[in-house]
Amino acid sequence: MLGFIFKRLLQSILVMLAVAFITFGLFRFVGDPVNNMVGQDTTLEEREELREQLGLNDPFVVQFARFTANAMRGEFGQSYSLRIPVSELLRERLPATLELSIISAILALVLGMPMGIYAAIRRDSWLTKLFLTSSLVGVSLPTFLIGILLILIFGVMLRWLPTFGRGEVVYLGWWSTGLLTVSGLKALILPSITLAIFQMTLIMRLVRAEMLEVLRTDFIKFGRARGLGNRALHFRHALKNTLIPVITITGLQLGSIIAFSLITESVFQWPGMGLMFIQAIGNADIPVMAAYLVLIAFIFVAINLIVDILYVRVDPRLRVSGGKK
Amino acid sequence: MTINQSAEQPAERGPVADFIHRLRDHDVWYSFWHTPMAIFAAFIALVMVLSAIFAPFLAPQNPFDLAVIDLLDSNLPPSWMEEGDPRFLLGTDDQGRDILSTVLYGSRISLLVGFAAVVLSLIAGVGLGLISGYVGGRTDAIIMRIADIQLSFPSILIALLIDGIVRTIMSKESHESLALYVIIFAIAISGWVQYARTVRSSVMTEKVKEYVQAGQVIGLGSFTIMIRHILPNVLGPVFVIGTIHLALAIIIEATLSFLGVGLPPTTPSLGTLIRVGNEYLFSGEWWITIFPGLTLVVLALAVNLFGDWLRDAMNPKLQ
Repeated sequence: MLGFIFKRLLQSILVMLAVAFITFGLFRFVGDPVNNMVGQDTTLEEREELREQLGLNDPFVVQFARFTANAMRGEFGQSYSLRIPVSELLRERLPATLELSIISAILALVLGMPMGIYAAIRRDSWLTKLFLTSSLVGVSLPTFLIGILLILIFGVMLRWLPTFGRGEVVYLGWWSTGLLTVSGLKALILPSITLAIFQMTLIMRLVRAEMLEVLRTDFIKFGRARGLGNRALHFRHALKNTLIPVITITGLQLGSIIAFSLITESVFQWPGMGLMFIQAIGNADIPVMAAYLVLIAFIFVAINLIVDILYVRVDPRLRVSGGKK
Repeated sequence: MTINQSAEQPAERGPVADFIHRLRDHDVWYSFWHTPMAIFAAFIALVMVLSAIFAPFLAPQNPFDLAVIDLLDSNLPPSWMEEGDPRFLLGTDDQGRDILSTVLYGSRISLLVGFAAVVLSLIAGVGLGLISGYVGGRTDAIIMRIADIQLSFPSILIALLIDGIVRTIMSKESHESLALYVIIFAIAISGWVQYARTVRSSVMTEKVKEYVQAGQVIGLGSFTIMIRHILPNVLGPVFVIGTIHLALAIIIEATLSFLGVGLPPTTPSLGTLIRVGNEYLFSGEWWITIFPGLTLVVLALAVNLFGDWLRDAMNPKLQ
């Protein structure tokens, strides 16, 4: 168990180092960092001084170590295009992305689970067929098109809901939230639905498959023989046994929700990290790109590590075979 | 081989005729003609691919030929609407280009990127999977570790990151002309893992079979055994993955182009057209966005449905 955790931890650290290496390469070898920071009228001596100050004349390994140490503290220097520290920018953008992602994840669970349970219990009803067919359409429908369609229907034609931005936000310390104002909540509706639809179809299919599996097992048959009602069988016994994989997979999906929020943010001009990253690519704003790369890699690596460890704890069979998947 | 021929095959056939004959004997062929959904999806996909290939002959105008475009025709709605013009079936965009023509040319580029990315991905993935499964040991461990790590990130994110990084490294002028290759490369890298994992596990079951041992005994090299003998036996599932991957690759390309990090407006794919049209959504010119969008969805859906059927047909356990 300990050995397994240690191996996984080592692997996670290696991945993070590789990501750090790529971003460091971007920093160091794309354009001249000094040119990106100073204006036209800076003299050669001043540039050389800045170069020395930034440590750009140090050996490669020293520079990389310093970069990694700074990255761990969340320091990525100044944004080339906005001229403010990247850490400040991240702190400003992070709440927007997290609020959108978490609300979408909850929405996907709240809608997807009942649909999946229904599709498993009433296997041949027309509603089940509708759910399953529309889930295939949902997979073929790119996120950005869902967003555009929602904007066209609810924003342009019906004029019910705002189609860009976060609305009014309230600051709780440094955390800005749109959940406490009416305009903030209204602005959240279309983006969160857009982001939730794909995950919802995934959760629905998963719940259905797991539930069908459990309903076939002997203990359900035994329960039925004992005279338990459908309601108790389905919800007390079957559902409970489907929840574990569903929750782990949803947890694992949280990373993809944060990644996919990038597309949703672009469609709705939602001022989160994803939009920041897309704009940074356009401006070749390397510090911002680097910060996003490292952060998103960290989120994924952390989620995977936690899920892997949880799996081993929950499923003793994995412990025996040395934790090989 | 000689014994086989005299015993079972009455007449010599050419390789092509032989292939067709074997295909028609196959269960998949039978299943295809007995699944209306598969026929329908394949028909739609085929029509779209053909109309994309022959776009220059089918399109009412060449949207890149400045001589035939008239700014006076800009922003016309589809021809069945009140202000529509019978010359432009699906309306025109802000520059007076016929939407039907831009969609035809756009799907041409989308399909080109999709096919190219799938082929590259397939070659890389199958190659690495073969090596991983056949050689085993440390090589296998390294390749599969990388695959595991890559699999924990969504492929669209990987494609976007590769595309974004390559773009930043290249100068602004060169990435406009190289954008097509960059995006194909980025999508190809994001997709090799599925092929590699599937091929590897098939190779592991194939390599202990007698025909492989026989090959080793008569002194064939590893390369020959892998390519000539094992490869044909593990290709089945690869085509299933390839079909579903094609739909995904087209969607990824459209998404990147929509985000503005894919293909530039000079070589517009469906995604670029949607991005450009999106700016006119609020002023009511919905047709500039919706028709390319609809084409994209129908294309992806047809390929996905076909892939779904193919997966079930190739997997007897599911029947």
